[in-house]
Amino acid sequence: MTGIPLSHILIVSTGLFFIGMYGLFTRRNMITMLMAIELILNSVNINFIAFNKYLYPEKLDGIFFTIFIITIAAAEAAVAIAIIINLYRNHHSIDAEDAGEMKF
Amino acid sequence: MPGYLYTLLIPLLPLAVFLVLGLFGRKKMDAAAGIIGSVVLLTAAILAIITAYNYFNTAKVNQVYQEIIACKYTWLQFSPHVSIDMGILLDPISVLMLVVVTFISLMVHVFSLGYMKGEGRLAAYYAFLSLFTFSMLGLVLSSNIFQLYIFWELVGLSSYLLIGFYFDKPSAVAASKKAFIVTRFADLGFLIGILILALNAETLDFRILIERLTNTQSSWALAITGASFMGFSALTWGLVLVFAGGAGKSAMFPLHIWLPDAMEGPTPVSALIHAATMVVAGVYLVARLFPVFVMDGMALNIVAYTGAFSALFAAVIACTQTDIKRVLAYSTMSQIGYMMFALGVSKYGGEAGLGYMASMFHLFTHAFFKSLLFLGAGAVIHMVHSNEIKGMGGLRKLMPVTHISFLVACLAIAGIPPFAGFFSKEEILTAAFRANKFIYSIGLLVSGLTAFYMFRLYFSIFWGKEAAVHGSHGEGTATMRLPLVILTAGTLLAGFVPFSNYVSSDSIPFATSVDWIFSIAPVALAALAILLAANLYKKENDKPQKIASLLGGLYQSAYRKFYIDEIYVFITKKIIFNGIGRPAAWIDKNMVDGLMNGMASVTAEAAAFIKGIQSGKIQSYTLYFFGGIACLAVMVIYLWK
Repeated sequence: MTGIPLSHILIVSTGLFFIGMYGLFTRRNMITMLMAIELILNSVNINFIAFNKYLYPEKLDGIFFTIFIITIAAAEAAVAIAIIINLYRNHHSIDAEDAGEMKF
Repeated sequence: MPGYLYTLLIPLLPLAVFLVLGLFGRKKMDAAAGIIGSVVLLTAAILAIITAYNYFNTAKVNQVYQEIIACKYTWLQFSPHVSIDMGILLDPISVLMLVVVTFISLMVHVFSLGYMKGEGRLAAYYAFLSLFTFSMLGLVLSSNIFQLYIFWELVGLSSYLLIGFYFDKPSAVAASKKAFIVTRFADLGFLIGILILALNAETLDFRILIERLTNTQSSWALAITGASFMGFSALTWGLVLVFAGGAGKSAMFPLHIWLPDAMEGPTPVSALIHAATMVVAGVYLVARLFPVFVMDGMALNIVAYTGAFSALFAAVIACTQTDIKRVLAYSTMSQIGYMMFALGVSKYGGEAGLGYMASMFHLFTHAFFKSLLFLGAGAVIHMVHSNEIKGMGGLRKLMPVTHISFLVACLAIAGIPPFAGFFSKEEILTAAFRANKFIYSIGLLVSGLTAFYMFRLYFSIFWGKEAAVHGSHGEGTATMRLPLVILTAGTLLAGFVPFSNYVSSDSIPFATSVDWIFSIAPVALAALAILLAANLYKKENDKPQKIASLLGGLYQSAYRKFYIDEIYVFITKKIIFNGIGRPAAWIDKNMVDGLMNGMASVTAEAAAFIKGIQSGKIQSYTLYFFGGIACLAVMVIYLWK
């Protein structure tokens, strides 16, 4: 494991984060937006793991947080997909632009 | 002393009739309503006479009639000392009124059996009559000034209902509203007067109130005479305001305008309410508080001059009116004026209290002959189906009973001996003569005018050119003639009642006698006036028109009731509506509403601006979100330290 500096891992996670953000900003398909959010969450997970490993190897806090986030992400994906399915039933579309009538 | 608890039944019986007829009588009881009402009222009248008999025979202790509280129930307790009680107070004047009200009401019920036959809503009619009788009895029996006020309003309400009985006639509706509003306006003064008196005397009970205020050394009397407002003491203000309420109910100038219009109601109602009972409530009120009124010369003078002026004013108008019931209405107002100024010139106690006794005496006799006149007028209207005396004439052969009874009543009101009105009017004039020569001269003049306009009415109806009467239902049913006969007997006999043995200002009987020398002037004047009326109206001729055109403007203004109604309309419509109503409406619409609307529209504008940010585009939300986060991150990283 030695030989890989912390900064390399952070570069990977930053890349992952901005790929997710790019996806979130540019895609209107809701499934794709959900996947982009997953990318952002995973970049955060990588950060947690890396800091835990490199700065406080004797503690487990970062790992616990990661497991939490994975769990929450799974639940969130379930809820989001349920919403998307309902939206599809009503609008016959999963385009985020088409669901604008609930704005106020 | 026998128990008087049964007097409670006298007001409660009509109340029961009102409830039964009012709640259940709508459809089925029209035919039976009159019988039920009359029978129950007969019971009440008998009870009232028993009460009077018992009272005047047994209630005298040491030559003084005692006040008896027959029953009392605390209805509303304001403070440990001030409460509104519902009670029954028996003293000479309340017992007198008890008899008068039940008796006249009985006569009117019986008369209505014939008069109202064939009209719709008879159950409602009798229910209202019973409500009125109940409230009037409650009023006269009140032991508490606030109880009196409650019944006072109830009386006004039932009067409103009965005036507006023919509610499909716009004039009747307008008249009922006018009566209600004018008396209600006067009652505002009454209420304030009650509050002033009660605040200072710290009680609402009549007996205690009078006791406290008449004892000039007591702290209450000192407080009320000491406090002053605009130059008059609180006592004067209280009494004058109470009198204002009484003047509204009793149709004293300038609050009289409702009474002539109230004649839109059925004629028996006019006989009961607007001649014999309700309109004398104001006189009764002043008499009830008389010991307090006597303490204040100013208030008593106002009573006297208002009464005298109203008497003259109404008598002049009555000479020119052509509607039979309006003539009678103005005559009522004039006679009540008599009663008022008799009270106003009276003093307290013994011989000096002659005016008080005379006023009550006149109230008593007036109830008989004025209800007789109204019921007679009702019989005439029933016959010719018109109120205008121009359409009448020559009815003496067609209606012998009505003719004789009407003649008796006219003689009585004109003050010709030995009819009832003579005795009471003589007492009033004597009292006025002793106290105030100016008022006496007005009284004398009015008695001449009274004789003139009553006989103008009499000759126009029963003599002169015969009216074309269609239909031949004769003089009306027996139930219509019977009350006329009974009341005629009453009118003949009432004057011989030794009234001062029963009623006097301090409840101590004293003796009065007719001073025949003194009587010459009014009787001669009345006789002259009758001859004049006979000359003018007995046969159809053009003399009345000539006199009318000779008097010109005076006749016109009297015929137009001295433009009082027009003045009222001017004041309300032009001055109050334009001067107060419209500015108030403008302030309400523009300033009060404007403030509210302004605040609401500021909120709405702000909301409309803010909601523009919510575009509904998720990407732009995300952009704001991440932009915010980025800014925070920059702030945390570079500005933290």
